[in-house]
Amino acid sequence: MDPIIILQAGVASGTVLLFATIGEIFAERSGVLNLGVEGMMLLGAMSAFSITVKTGNPWLGLLVAMLAGGLISQIHAFISIHLQADQVVSGLALGFLATGISLVLGEGLSKAGTVSLMPSFSIPVLSQIPIVGPIFFTRHSVLTYFGYLLIPAAWYYINHTRPGMNLRAIGEFPAAADTLGINIYRLRYFYVFLGGVMAGLAGATISLAIAPGWFSEMTTAGQGWIAVGLVIFAQWDPIRAAFGSYTFGALRRLILDIQGPTTILGLRNPFYYNPYWGFFLQMLPYAFTIIVLVIGSREAIRKRLGAPAALGTPYIRGERGL
Amino acid sequence: MNSEIAKSTSRSFPYRIVIEQRLKEPSRTYSLLISVLAIVVALFIGGFVIAQAGGDPIRSYRHIAKASFGNIGVFSDTLVKATPLILVGLACAVAFRSRLWNIGAEGQFFVGAFGASAIVLTPILPPDTSPWIFIPVMMVAGILMGAFWGLIPGFLKAKYNVNEIISTLMMNYIAVAWNNFFIYAVWSESGFQMSPMFTKNAWLPRLTDYSKVVPAFRGLTTHLGLLFGILAAVLIWFILYRSRWGYEIRLIGDNPQAARYAGLNITRNTILVMMLSGGLAGLAGMSEITGVVHRLQGAISPGYGFTGIIVAWLSKLNPFAVILVSILFGALILAGREIQPSGIPKMIQGVILVCLIASDFFLRYQIRIVRRE
Repeated sequence: MDPIIILQAGVASGTVLLFATIGEIFAERSGVLNLGVEGMMLLGAMSAFSITVKTGNPWLGLLVAMLAGGLISQIHAFISIHLQADQVVSGLALGFLATGISLVLGEGLSKAGTVSLMPSFSIPVLSQIPIVGPIFFTRHSVLTYFGYLLIPAAWYYINHTRPGMNLRAIGEFPAAADTLGINIYRLRYFYVFLGGVMAGLAGATISLAIAPGWFSEMTTAGQGWIAVGLVIFAQWDPIRAAFGSYTFGALRRLILDIQGPTTILGLRNPFYYNPYWGFFLQMLPYAFTIIVLVIGSREAIRKRLGAPAALGTPYIRGERGL
Repeated sequence: MNSEIAKSTSRSFPYRIVIEQRLKEPSRTYSLLISVLAIVVALFIGGFVIAQAGGDPIRSYRHIAKASFGNIGVFSDTLVKATPLILVGLACAVAFRSRLWNIGAEGQFFVGAFGASAIVLTPILPPDTSPWIFIPVMMVAGILMGAFWGLIPGFLKAKYNVNEIISTLMMNYIAVAWNNFFIYAVWSESGFQMSPMFTKNAWLPRLTDYSKVVPAFRGLTTHLGLLFGILAAVLIWFILYRSRWGYEIRLIGDNPQAARYAGLNITRNTILVMMLSGGLAGLAGMSEITGVVHRLQGAISPGYGFTGIIVAWLSKLNPFAVILVSILFGALILAGREIQPSGIPKMIQGVILVCLIASDFFLRYQIRIVRRE
């Protein structure tokens, strides 16, 4: 129950949510809602673990996971961008499909035993800083450090670069973007692909770093859906997404750890003496997601902010746009 | 995508393909044909993946057909699997009709099962209560619990515009943990992860219970829940197409803007539709627990709530089509239990849904081959 350890582990497990959430932010900013995140994460986790078991090379596993996530996301991209189907149903369908494929190809993988994982290390100077050092820069997986770099990079890309401006334009007002010669269809495919790659990466982060192994659908245990919720809480902003992801990571870790000690702050620990109360603790991340959604939605109404205006609507050239 | 951007196959070829928006609704036969074709394509794709995973697709499909429609006994088992699907499919259909994405039927199913179990196990009614009282009370308990589980996301949607897709999904996980607490801690039978068996008075009657009267019913497990499903389909059809409320539901679903201008109370309708949807899924849970499982335990659903989404979509949200489609998916779930690898039924469901959505394109657009001028 050392708070430093919980926060350190929270940052590690929050990295999963971070990747998935930022990936979904890119897809949604371009105007395509992809509800298949959970399935794509499962596919990523399964392919990363499976490739690593076969080749012994986790980097290859990571690469294949990202490709797998990206490729399967293109089904949703095609159905929602070119066939103009309802994005909610199409995303759900992608989720079912990716989950099914992962279960079929992952059959028997849970007995594969231990594999070599992504390397983890401490950052030499930074890890000496009190409090921040042990939480953020000590014995983390290389993927967690990659996450730190990704947050400002994604923020800068979306808000301060030309392609980022185009990204926002095709999500807010595609008809106007089209008149400027921006290829909406191609960009939307690209950002859905990017979202898929990130979801695959998130899955690989689970199976190769945070909670190594393959546990069928319990590998992700709804984290893909939490990520979709966090996008709304984050108001489509990578920095808020990072804040939400790490908080959720810490919460997940706290729930695991709180049942260990016999006393908390000198009081009898009720969760130690009543282990079944753990089921109520298990509800917390999900209940917390709903609370976070309420906060995000109220804030959106108050600040008149909100989803990208074209989110969920196909762009049809020549029709009256938004 | 009108004719201006139509693709030409080649410069010299005298014909070209034109894709243009349909101006009127395609005929029923045509849309049925497209759906059937989509399923056929889905089965081909599924077969390809089965072959990739080292299975024999033809044998797998033949096995599914034989193990679910081969004789009256297995067909009765198929109907047992179809029963919760009908109710859950109706739950999804009615919510989708109003453009509310209730993805939480699975959780509503679980708490419905909990509600029914609470009547027997708490016990709220003594074990020697007559089935004539037991069953209606359990139905009400299941429906109320499911409706409550739908009320929470419905209220949050109506009041705070909270995305119901995510909130209903989160409620699924909460429902599972809630049930597990009672299965492990409160109603556990001598430390096992299941409750004691319900008293016989709380079982839904099955066909086989009447084999003394009709010998042909011997061994048939189809239970009263199937009747609940069929009656619910009639009721939902009546609500949707013959009542004022149903008109409001459909209007909000088709054109929320117009519904608001017409002065419809969207807040109230959102909450009520979510409760109706949750209640139906809760009834499915009650029917499954009292008709099949007869005790509360963890594994009571192979994802009925999620299959219900596909059922609703495949039936084009038509309550009567839900019954037929449920029987097909009941067959898939029943036969799928023995197929290896075990993820295949889930994967085929996914492929079917993907193909169905893709096939909608052919309902909205027509593709013609025309002669170049």
